[in-house]
Amino acid sequence: MSVITDILQLLLTANLWQVALVSAVLLLLPALGGVISERSGVVNIAMEGMMLTGAFFAVWADLIWHSPWIAVLVAMVAGGLMALIHAVVSIRFRADQIVSGIAINIFAAGLTVFLVRAIYGLQDVGHVVPAEALPNWDVPVLSAIPFIGQVVFQQNVVVYIALILLVVVEIVLFRTRLGLRIRAVGEHPQAADTAGLNVYLIRYGAVITSGLLSGLAGAFLAIGVSNTFVPNMTDGRGYIALAAMIFGKWTPRGAFVACIIFGLGEAIYANNSTIHVSQYLLSMLPYLITLVVLAGLVGRSTPPAADGIPYAAGSE
Amino acid sequence: MSTTTATDIAVAMRGITKAFPGVVANDHVDLEVRAGEIHALVGENGAGKSTLMNILYGLIHPDSGEILINGAPVKIGGPRDAIATGIGMVHQHFMLIPVFTVGENIMLGREPVVAGGIYDTAKARRDIQEMTRKYGLALDPDARTGDLPVGLQQRVEIVKVLYRGAGILILDEPTGVLTPQETNELFVVLRDLVKAGKTIIFISHKLREVLEISDRITVMRRGKVVGHLITKDTNQAEIATAMVGRAVLLRVEKKPAKPGAVSFRVENLTALSDRGVQALKGVSFELRQGEILGIAGVEGNGQSELVEVLAGTRKVSGGKVWLGDKDVTTYNARDEREAGIAHIPEDRRGAGLVLNYSIAENLILGRQRANSFAWHHILLLLDAIRKWAQRLVKEFDIRTPSIDVPARALSGGNQQKIIVAREMASQPRVLLASQPTRGVDIGAIEFIHRRIVAERDGGAAVLLVSAELDEVRSLSDRIAVMYEGRIVSIEPADASEDRLGLLMLGGTAQKT
Repeated sequence: MSVITDILQLLLTANLWQVALVSAVLLLLPALGGVISERSGVVNIAMEGMMLTGAFFAVWADLIWHSPWIAVLVAMVAGGLMALIHAVVSIRFRADQIVSGIAINIFAAGLTVFLVRAIYGLQDVGHVVPAEALPNWDVPVLSAIPFIGQVVFQQNVVVYIALILLVVVEIVLFRTRLGLRIRAVGEHPQAADTAGLNVYLIRYGAVITSGLLSGLAGAFLAIGVSNTFVPNMTDGRGYIALAAMIFGKWTPRGAFVACIIFGLGEAIYANNSTIHVSQYLLSMLPYLITLVVLAGLVGRSTPPAADGIPYAAGSE
Repeated sequence: MSTTTATDIAVAMRGITKAFPGVVANDHVDLEVRAGEIHALVGENGAGKSTLMNILYGLIHPDSGEILINGAPVKIGGPRDAIATGIGMVHQHFMLIPVFTVGENIMLGREPVVAGGIYDTAKARRDIQEMTRKYGLALDPDARTGDLPVGLQQRVEIVKVLYRGAGILILDEPTGVLTPQETNELFVVLRDLVKAGKTIIFISHKLREVLEISDRITVMRRGKVVGHLITKDTNQAEIATAMVGRAVLLRVEKKPAKPGAVSFRVENLTALSDRGVQALKGVSFELRQGEILGIAGVEGNGQSELVEVLAGTRKVSGGKVWLGDKDVTTYNARDEREAGIAHIPEDRRGAGLVLNYSIAENLILGRQRANSFAWHHILLLLDAIRKWAQRLVKEFDIRTPSIDVPARALSGGNQQKIIVAREMASQPRVLLASQPTRGVDIGAIEFIHRRIVAERDGGAAVLLVSAELDEVRSLSDRIAVMYEGRIVSIEPADASEDRLGLLMLGGTAQKT
């Protein structure tokens, strides 16, 4: 019983929610990317690899140029390039998108370890520490609001960017011409093609966008949250983002709710010193929530009709 | 129906040639369509009609040949070019997104937007209402497309094409999915469109409809144009002969039925659909040896569920099914098969065949445990299976390079023959035939019809379900009409089409 009261007490502290929001944003960015990619009909399980690549190149660029903003750009380009590989393999060559995604994740894990050793000469548990971190910024006035102010308005700049992106992606997908076209391509590419849309172009764009967002998440992780690069530091976040996307029924706002739940799980673990239960049990929390959520709560959620099916023009 | 001057040629395709690996789909094809006419393009599956139209719409690029629209040579690199040239296509399989609204489907690719690319729902709605007024095609722009009946979905397709400013409309097998009433409505719409100055290319293999609606006819066979006909000077037999390359029997030849004892009895059967609604609300009938009972009805009135229940692939929620004096109500598919009930399912590719299996494997599906094909139910006797397959391929005229190619590689008609061969070779007591000739060529239809009659004459009880009223009327000895999960009437084989059509729409049986 005391464990439950410990957790309930924690849930009343602004600190916990502040940390949870950071964790949630680390999931939200790749989840938004996943939503865009899959809405266009390309299954993307490579967010993990794209995020990890972004994390490494953020640190690398940061050490060269001493600018976190250049680092963010480089990380996004790196994530975008990994996504381009996935796009070419699955759109141009119509390969199995799951296999391509797994290959990219394995490739990214190997590539980043290799680069850490080759560039920095570090063995096994090498830490690479960046020069300049992404800054925190308290929003004037709003950050003074009790509780909410600390949770939402005393955050890293990337958190604000992510929340803006959440709104932007939601509007673009469901209120704009571009969004209508992305969803058309993901539901029925033949119909989109015969309506005069360029199916391939839209899919390339969507997949690459998912890489840019995952790369941004990687940069935030490496030079905003951890301030270090460690091999495999993404720690399954790309996959949890995938779960959040499915839990959210392929919508940005749904994915955001899921990310908050997962983020809370992580934040509770991060506060394990105040809870009287083995920290190893608590560390399972995010993953346990993922399983429970996927198995039970989601029920039947319907993916875009043409999700995962390569499109060949002229075949009916 | 329309006045045309011979000088106005809306579409001219000259010397169109397109080869795919192993087959020349279009071999120096010439097509001329006059402005303001309804031009029918007929031919069997694989004759090259769709290839030709896909070339005109820019989905396929020809190896050689030229296209002139309204006298000017054009290069059509893709659907975008076709749309810009004023060509619109209503595809056989609708190019509609079920989860989008009617308005979104119509607008897709030419969406009205306000500042920042925001989709302008209000303008979309106004534009569609204007189209509705102009052409008399009523539609609710805010309805979810997937919820509409097929006839209305087709209307969405037509409005979508008109919205893009098409002057030339290609309709690929537009009546294949429609009821007789919906077909009549479509024809009214087509005639109105011609009056409004549109040119229509109408692809079909239903000769009666071609004769009814078209002005001129181009016939294709095996990639070539084999005839240009003027509708008012020709008849069904002439067109069919040109299509198939030999004289075809359009009527099913059969002797009067000699019904025997009742072999299959269904009592007050009820069952749920996949969506959990009551699909069968108490169906009863008797089926005698040596007769064909046809089931007529608009699709979705419980016919599919009825056949599935009888074949053992759907659970019964109430009622009884008797085979002879045996209660087979709760039998599963394997029990039913062993009891002598054969089943030609409506979904050929999903339920009838394993498309990636070879023809030989498909020909023993469901009988793979029989002693003749498997040693102690465990090891397949490959030699016996091959011999069996070779025999059936010959007997049922399945056109295939070998019995080892996957079923996927065959045409629809030949795929259907695999199923027909497998089911009939088991010498069933009861044959459940659901849409047995859907999407099948005239030649193969003739063959399948003959085999179904032969089963009847051999003493089997046949239950025939078909969306084609002509098929039901020409094959059946009695016709049961289904409406909303019930058999509303059992009619004699010579019941008029009007009467059946009325019953199918829920009208009551008053006059004959």
